[in-house]
Amino acid sequence: MALVRLKGLRHSYRQQPKTDADWAVKRLDLEWADGSANALLGPSGCGKTTLLNIISGLLRPSEGEVWFDEHDVTTLPPDARNIAQVFQFPVVYDTMSVYDNLAFPLRNRGIAPADVDARVREIATLLDLDAMLEQRAAGLTADGKQKISLGRGLVRSDVAVIMFDEPLTVIDPHLKWRLRSKLKELHQRLGRTMIYVTHDQTEALTFADQVVVMNEGTVVQAGTPQELFERPRHTFVGHFIGSPGMNVLPATFADGVVRFAGHPVAVATPPRTPPAGATLEIGVRPEFVRFGPDGIPVRVLKVRDSGRYRIVETQHDANTIKLLIGEDQPLPSDTAHLRFDRAHTQLYADGWIAS
Amino acid sequence: MSTKTPNQKAWWLVMPVVVLVAFNAVIPLMTVVNYSVQETFGDNQFFFEGFKWFRELIESERFHDALKRQLLFTGIILAIEIPLGVAIALAMPRRGPWVSVCLVLMAMPLLIPWNVVGAMWNILALPDIGLLGRSLNAMGIDYNFTRQPVAAWATLIAMDVWHWTSLVVLLAYAGLSAIPDAYYQAAKIDGASSWAVFRYIQLPKMKRVLTIAVLLRFMDSFMIYTEPFVLTGGGPGNATTLLSIDLVKIALGRFDLGPAAAMSLVYFLIVLLLSWIFYTVMTKDEAD
Amino acid sequence: MSLTLKRVVLRVDGETHIHETSVELAARGFNILLGPTLAGKTTLMRLMAGLLKPTAGEVWFDGRNVTAVPVRRRRVAMVYQQFINYPHLSVFENIASPLRVERVPATELRSRVGRIAELLKLTALLDRRPAELSGGQQQRTALARALVKDADLVLLDEPLANLDYKLREGLRDELPRLFADRDCTVVYATTEPVEALLLGGYTATVEEGRITQFGETGTVYRRPMDLATARAFSDPPINTAPVLKRGNRIELTESVGWPADGRLAGLADGSYTLGLRPHLVQPARNTAARADWVPIEGRVSIAEISGSESVVHFEVQGRTWVSQSHGVHGFAVGEIAAFKLNVARGLYFSPDGRCVSAGTA
Repeated sequence: MALVRLKGLRHSYRQQPKTDADWAVKRLDLEWADGSANALLGPSGCGKTTLLNIISGLLRPSEGEVWFDEHDVTTLPPDARNIAQVFQFPVVYDTMSVYDNLAFPLRNRGIAPADVDARVREIATLLDLDAMLEQRAAGLTADGKQKISLGRGLVRSDVAVIMFDEPLTVIDPHLKWRLRSKLKELHQRLGRTMIYVTHDQTEALTFADQVVVMNEGTVVQAGTPQELFERPRHTFVGHFIGSPGMNVLPATFADGVVRFAGHPVAVATPPRTPPAGATLEIGVRPEFVRFGPDGIPVRVLKVRDSGRYRIVETQHDANTIKLLIGEDQPLPSDTAHLRFDRAHTQLYADGWIAS
Repeated sequence: MSTKTPNQKAWWLVMPVVVLVAFNAVIPLMTVVNYSVQETFGDNQFFFEGFKWFRELIESERFHDALKRQLLFTGIILAIEIPLGVAIALAMPRRGPWVSVCLVLMAMPLLIPWNVVGAMWNILALPDIGLLGRSLNAMGIDYNFTRQPVAAWATLIAMDVWHWTSLVVLLAYAGLSAIPDAYYQAAKIDGASSWAVFRYIQLPKMKRVLTIAVLLRFMDSFMIYTEPFVLTGGGPGNATTLLSIDLVKIALGRFDLGPAAAMSLVYFLIVLLLSWIFYTVMTKDEAD
Repeated sequence: MSLTLKRVVLRVDGETHIHETSVELAARGFNILLGPTLAGKTTLMRLMAGLLKPTAGEVWFDGRNVTAVPVRRRRVAMVYQQFINYPHLSVFENIASPLRVERVPATELRSRVGRIAELLKLTALLDRRPAELSGGQQQRTALARALVKDADLVLLDEPLANLDYKLREGLRDELPRLFADRDCTVVYATTEPVEALLLGGYTATVEEGRITQFGETGTVYRRPMDLATARAFSDPPINTAPVLKRGNRIELTESVGWPADGRLAGLADGSYTLGLRPHLVQPARNTAARADWVPIEGRVSIAEISGSESVVHFEVQGRTWVSQSHGVHGFAVGEIAAFKLNVARGLYFSPDGRCVSAGTA
């Protein structure tokens, strides 16, 4: 288990990067606590897989250092770093049995057969693979194979970090949640440092204690799922996390009062004066918007059923505001008024939170 | 699952080809079967003889010798070309500017007409004026492929390896290129040695492609005619008289159509049988 | 213009891939085929399109028997999971390709392509090749090509499955709008219940080659006819537990039970299976859990907290229950925690899997 630290890291796939866009990962510094469950969340092309490969050693960063505890591992190859990685699609040695697959990393390191056996059986039980140990690995389903991939990482007791690169991509949707819960359970039981890369916010938020949100090579925000949900520091985080994402509405600020379309809006933290000329917006999640007797007048456009709650789309002038109501809550027919929960409404200047 | 709506019109489109194949393959084959059970005398006189030619053939020592020579030849060829082809494919770069260069170099021997290959090696190996022959003799090795059976065999095998290993290389290379990077990365992380990577990742993933390569090389080498004929003519004596050369000698040399036809059929059946055995053995795991 | 399958069966090499199925799809709005992978959704779509000929039964469209009509002559468009575009053609040519096959005159072609491109926000990308586009843009190109044809039947086979989460959300919102004023039957296959709910329309749950239920999406969700449908339409999966009806009480365990009144009074005594969706199981201290709900205690095995909700797995007498609630609730693994069950909304199934009582709509 190790504390992972990234110092002054920057990476470009080009030999001579010139513009900002040439850098896949722009300058960042990150630290992940020992034994923590972490997620790297972001859309395709944001640099999360590049970052993962730098941490695992499959890629040498153009600049900066990677530290595991007190060791600078920047120049070390993957097998010298004591990491384990689970890839997007299952990687198993087809010709070997499940047992041999799990034993492979241990045998390569010359561990005694008795120890190998004990360890393999222990991990197999943890992953519910013990009934299949003698079967040929090639015959298992996708989630079985992913478990084998995972098992090969867990079987080594000296693993510093376990990394997951969108591991649930090929898993059947109705089995995804089971494997996801299993990963969470494994973390809770084994306490290893885990880094999980994904574009799916549900996976990231349910698995990790700490989530790092990336976009276009930079870290936009790092924090607990709750922090990211309740206090997004950038409108991108507000939009990317949450389904549906945060409502972002144009705002004005004058005389210490924030207004949306002329109506005063109370925000969580009183804003200091934002820079002149900045684009001002308020952000409030649909979960924190309610119908009320007064407030912002809107027209109800559409209602969509999502099972446990309903998503209502309303409109004020040219702006769409979404809110959630429960299955049983009454729905106003045509026009209504909206109230924003003050504690969860923020003011943003040029995308960043202004407070 | 891929079931297509049956379309009867397809049969009409295929009909011309069926007729052509019938003329070119089926009818000659029937003619051969016809000849194999008859005795010919001059003036196109035919007498039905039943299985006489087949019996003679099976008991003929000449046939046994040719068959033994052929099996030895094919065995050596496969034992050299398949591992060598795989080794070269492993050594070829998979990315970068040299990929096209290597592929072209590998493809070149395959493009040369077969009788030219035979002629090339013939001249190359001539002990007095050939580059190879003269150099070997200059180094003190007594080499003369026109007189020494061992030298003839060595030259024949060298020629075939030079000519056909590229096919195995290209097929194996295609199979290797299909392996996703993640496998190599996972193996690196697992601490696997290069040998383990070859044994557990590369070889299993190349299995299908290698099956094709083995099958092709087996069939081609078993039926080989042009190159050895141009190189040695079957000599010295009958040291390199492989099955097909022997067959042609009987059929065209002596105009013994009956025995030649019988031998063709037996030859065909042997190839069919051995190919089927090879194929079944190599693909039996796929059924799992 | 509605599509009807009449007693359609598909057998391949002795195996029945589609068991006898009859369904009349809705003429407007989305017809969703919901089911796990390999349930038969793609096969059904191929049968509807005419790419596959049924072993028995008929396919009727708009009052005509089209079973024998080859797919080329039906007006069908299909969009696949893998963004399928002609790689050597520009986006404009890709969209125009079906019109070129029909030999539409040049001016009309340009205007139709232009309109569709604008609808799908591709106007700026018309000169590019598919390889230069992002995943979402490629899929929109494929969609545009399907829409420009003015087909009578549009089939979408999990078109959003290969896209990023957020892109999927965005396109999912757009899709109903795109089809709103078209006069065609739309069939959409998906494995995710939430997608079916959000798209609305009608849903057919597919399992192992059969359509288990077909109806308005909300109805199929709230009143499944059998356990298989309830299971297919639940994410996270529905909690099931055997219960016993004795007299006027329903018993889950010796200590947990509730009165069998209202709609349950008429049920015969005996054992049933209770189906309770995870959001009907709430932590007791959550405000959403009301006083009249049935309390139950269990040992917490897994606690998944995302920013906006908590999913907690807990065990009661060896059976795992899943609770889904709004907000962040801290739970320690191994602790005994109190939960409440909203049994008024529970689904009850007889031993053979049929639903005998569903909660109020």
